[in-house]
Amino acid sequence: MPSTTYGKGLRGLSLATLAIIALALALVFFYAPLDADQGFVQKIFYIHVPLAIVSLCGFIFGAVLAAGYLRTGERKWDMRSYVAIHMALIFGIGGLITGSIWAKASWGHWWVWNEPTLVSFLIVLLLFATYQPLRFSIEDPERQSRYASVFAIVAGAFVPLNFIAVRLAQEFVHPRVLTLGGGNLPGSMRLTFLISLVGIALLYVTLWKYEMAAKNARSQVRRLRRTLLGDDNIRPAGRSAAPS
Amino acid sequence: MRTALILLRKDLRLELRTMETVPAMILFALVTFVIFHFGLNRATIDGQLAAGVLTATLLFAAMLGINRLFVAEREQGGFDAFLLAPVDRSAMLLAKAAALFLFLAALEVIAVPAFGLFLLGPSLGPPLPGLIAVLALADLGLAVIGTLVSGIAVQTRARDLIGPMMGLPLLIPALIATARGAGPLLRTVHASSAPPGKWLAILALYDLVFALLAYAVFDFLLED
Amino acid sequence: MVEEPPAIELRGLARYFGERVALSGVSVRVRPGATLAVLGRNGAGKSTLLRILATLLRPHAGEVAVFGEALPRRGFAVRARLGLLAHEPLLYRELTGRENLEYHARLHGVALGRVQRVLEAVEMERRAEEPIRLLSRGMVQRLAVCRAVLHEPQLLLLDEPRANLDPVASELVEPLIGRESGRTRVLTSHDPRAALAEADLVLALKDGRAAFVGAPTELGDAKLRDLYA
Repeated sequence: MPSTTYGKGLRGLSLATLAIIALALALVFFYAPLDADQGFVQKIFYIHVPLAIVSLCGFIFGAVLAAGYLRTGERKWDMRSYVAIHMALIFGIGGLITGSIWAKASWGHWWVWNEPTLVSFLIVLLLFATYQPLRFSIEDPERQSRYASVFAIVAGAFVPLNFIAVRLAQEFVHPRVLTLGGGNLPGSMRLTFLISLVGIALLYVTLWKYEMAAKNARSQVRRLRRTLLGDDNIRPAGRSAAPS
Repeated sequence: MRTALILLRKDLRLELRTMETVPAMILFALVTFVIFHFGLNRATIDGQLAAGVLTATLLFAAMLGINRLFVAEREQGGFDAFLLAPVDRSAMLLAKAAALFLFLAALEVIAVPAFGLFLLGPSLGPPLPGLIAVLALADLGLAVIGTLVSGIAVQTRARDLIGPMMGLPLLIPALIATARGAGPLLRTVHASSAPPGKWLAILALYDLVFALLAYAVFDFLLED
Repeated sequence: MVEEPPAIELRGLARYFGERVALSGVSVRVRPGATLAVLGRNGAGKSTLLRILATLLRPHAGEVAVFGEALPRRGFAVRARLGLLAHEPLLYRELTGRENLEYHARLHGVALGRVQRVLEAVEMERRAEEPIRLLSRGMVQRLAVCRAVLHEPQLLLLDEPRANLDPVASELVEPLIGRESGRTRVLTSHDPRAALAEADLVLALKDGRAAFVGAPTELGDAKLRDLYA
């Protein structure tokens, strides 16, 4: 596995991410128009929606990587899938909190059941919240990887299905500020939104690579110590939900 | 197919011998009706509320069965014995899903009339055919997803927790479709005689997608 | 004439559980009809080896072939030809002995008449209608032997086969799983001397590695003591 180096190009990527996010923030604060009804708080939309979209894509990305594990049986795929899901979960919680603030600003309530996207998102997060406990309660690392991958694939397939089902369950849908592509937004809002989306997506990719690089380095150090010091002189790895 | 029947027959015999699962599910459902009676402080309920109470009760009762589905295999070497035989491994999925479906059907044969007796305002007779159609599709989904979830959870240390934590969110779309499909049937006035086609279609689609998915991944749960 | 493939051939077999090495670099070749005794202390890797041969665990490195069929890829072809007698009886406690055996007979596609014959062979036919949970451990072990040989496997994997058996019962199972059964056998035992007496070939494991492979006569007392030190 040492062949893959996740650190490569990481500096450039980090700088690009920073630049795009700075640009996005500048646009959010100084360029995008104030919403007539909702005022300043509406601007959280530029963070909330990209967070949610990136998080969902992250879950599906994790499912695809998990399929890679089941196909090849190589642990690096499981590690990739783990990091993808774990990052998506963090982004998702961010998306849920910002969404709640936005809901308060738009509709006067911290939580609204008639916004299907928000509700679906909550269900998806509740499901993926099981991912870590599931991993943690399986001792054998190989089985842990295999079962976590099966779960990731099932849960990944669940994401779109769940959105359809929840969407259909709404008798009338709240008037929407946007569709996923930002189709009915005025031009300046759309541009800001798209730049934010790119920024958050880059942030996700960068963080994913950072964590992969760290995990990879740690396991290489471990392997090295093992070769140099011998098996008996190494403290066995503690039980963990993360693949090693 | 033949293998699945051998496994199913063994599972049913074990259940008849031990009476571990189905009676517990039934008692659980009956107690839940009583709890709803007091919790809602209503003598009778109808419409969407009735459909929701029935669906939630059946879902939670199903969780009991789902948790126990693979316990004998895990604790008494059933997995190893099965894996030692020169048979197709998908038979296990088929047999367990069939067993769970039959357990759920047995639960509903008692629990649905009891619901009609205890809580339901309108008479159970007219909506019954529609209700059976909705519940049959719901049971299929429960059986497939339940088998998958149980197969994952049984190998974990905290299987009694992991099962419901995974299973309940996965079943929410099925719960939505079941409750909304059954709601119009249970109204006191303007009750419809057939469940809305939209929800039946969604349930059927959900069942189908997860059946295929389960078929694709289940073998990985049996390997070691 | 094509030469018959060895019953078992291991080359550089390794298996890990996470970071722990269960087996590493194990190579051995067993000819058909021979008995291989696997010796070693608790946790030396004996049961892991048996589970890999039984197609229940997949090897992580090296080659494993049973009757010339590579594992784990050809597991399906091997399964019909091997019988495993593990620590656990692999019988359902709530079912009777006969029900358990009939279930296994159906799974293996064996005629149900065979169940009665093996039950008689171990003198369990009169207790066959009682649930397993009511039987003594020795009786359960006798039924487990029945289960393992029900489908007339050519290869028997025996993990402590005589555990819980009294001398009489031990005699009873002899034709089924003993040398005279004519099957290729891999056996482990808590009593190395008994195992050595039965074996044609010895594989001694120490911390997952082969400490000795050879004829039982070549394994001297000193080596044997070292193995269990």
